[in-house]
Amino acid sequence: MIVRILGEGQFEVADAELDRLNELDAAVEAEIDAGNAEAFQARLTELLDGVRDVGAPLADDSLEDSDLILPPADATLEEVREMLADDGLIPG
Amino acid sequence: MSMMKRISTIFRAKANKALDRAEDPRETLDYSYQRQVEMLAKVRRGVADVATSRKRVELQMNQLQSQSTKLTEQAQKALGMGREDLAREALTRKSAVQSQVNDLTVQHAQLQGEEEKLTLASQRLQAKVEAFRTRKETIKATYTAAEAQTRINEAFSGISEEMGDVGMAIQRAEDKTQQMQARAGAIDELISSGALDDASALGAGDDITRELESMSSQSDVEAELAALKGATGAPAIDSAAPPAVEAAGSAPAESATQAQKEEQS
Repeated sequence: MIVRILGEGQFEVADAELDRLNELDAAVEAEIDAGNAEAFQARLTELLDGVRDVGAPLADDSLEDSDLILPPADATLEEVREMLADDGLIPG
Repeated sequence: MSMMKRISTIFRAKANKALDRAEDPRETLDYSYQRQVEMLAKVRRGVADVATSRKRVELQMNQLQSQSTKLTEQAQKALGMGREDLAREALTRKSAVQSQVNDLTVQHAQLQGEEEKLTLASQRLQAKVEAFRTRKETIKATYTAAEAQTRINEAFSGISEEMGDVGMAIQRAEDKTQQMQARAGAIDELISSGALDDASALGAGDDITRELESMSSQSDVEAELAALKGATGAPAIDSAAPPAVEAAGSAPAESATQAQKEEQS
């Protein structure tokens, strides 16, 4: 499975790790719903760290698309909300 | 649906929409390649823009740092002359300058971070664009239009995702840089207005530089007198004098510059 962290690149992650990442993802989502910016940032960092820990960076010249795409490490709660609202993700 | 899946779906839909398809899929290859090369140029410009902002912040940090050093020296000098009020004023101003320096240090770190991120993004995109070019030529040479479609779709989805990612990274860097440029502009104005070295501008009512200068010109006279006395073998200065002499050692040149500054302002 290939996971992209926006602004950072793609990682090859074993399917066996998906459960763990889903847990971390659910924690991020809970904070988005709760609107808790600080906790959101902490959970997002955990999720991205989780991907970096278990994933191997994909070669730069790979042309594979990703199965999962994650927000950039410095994304704010507002930005992620905008992304989820299908607004302003890709400029132009 | 989970956040990861929702973002992935939305992102992919947008990235795919961004790539216009031509009638003959093989034409799309060339068109897309052109777009990729343009994007590569754009991200490189982005790196250069961020670097320019970073250098500007560095320049300001240096200016403010030397202002801070100068105020420390003034405080020392004032204290040496028994003027605690002046020393306090100089240190108050120094603390204002220093807080600007701290603010700029944070900005500098952010700009450096953006610069690194964009540099890496440009390297990744370049590697992918080159891989795409190779694959594009293979596809055009080997397959008929119909056969090419699958291969093209494969190559496209990977590169369009990268293009979307890089486009977003550039946008984010631009937004951040713009915010910082506005603040940098304000600091430039502050520096050029002299507000950071003119006490009256801070509402202090008096001017450390002017006062110290008049005091140091007095002590310069004393110091020179003492030096002359020393040179002619006359009785040495009393025990309280040496620090004042030392402090005044560099004063003539400095007070001349300060006098010039004041004339200008």
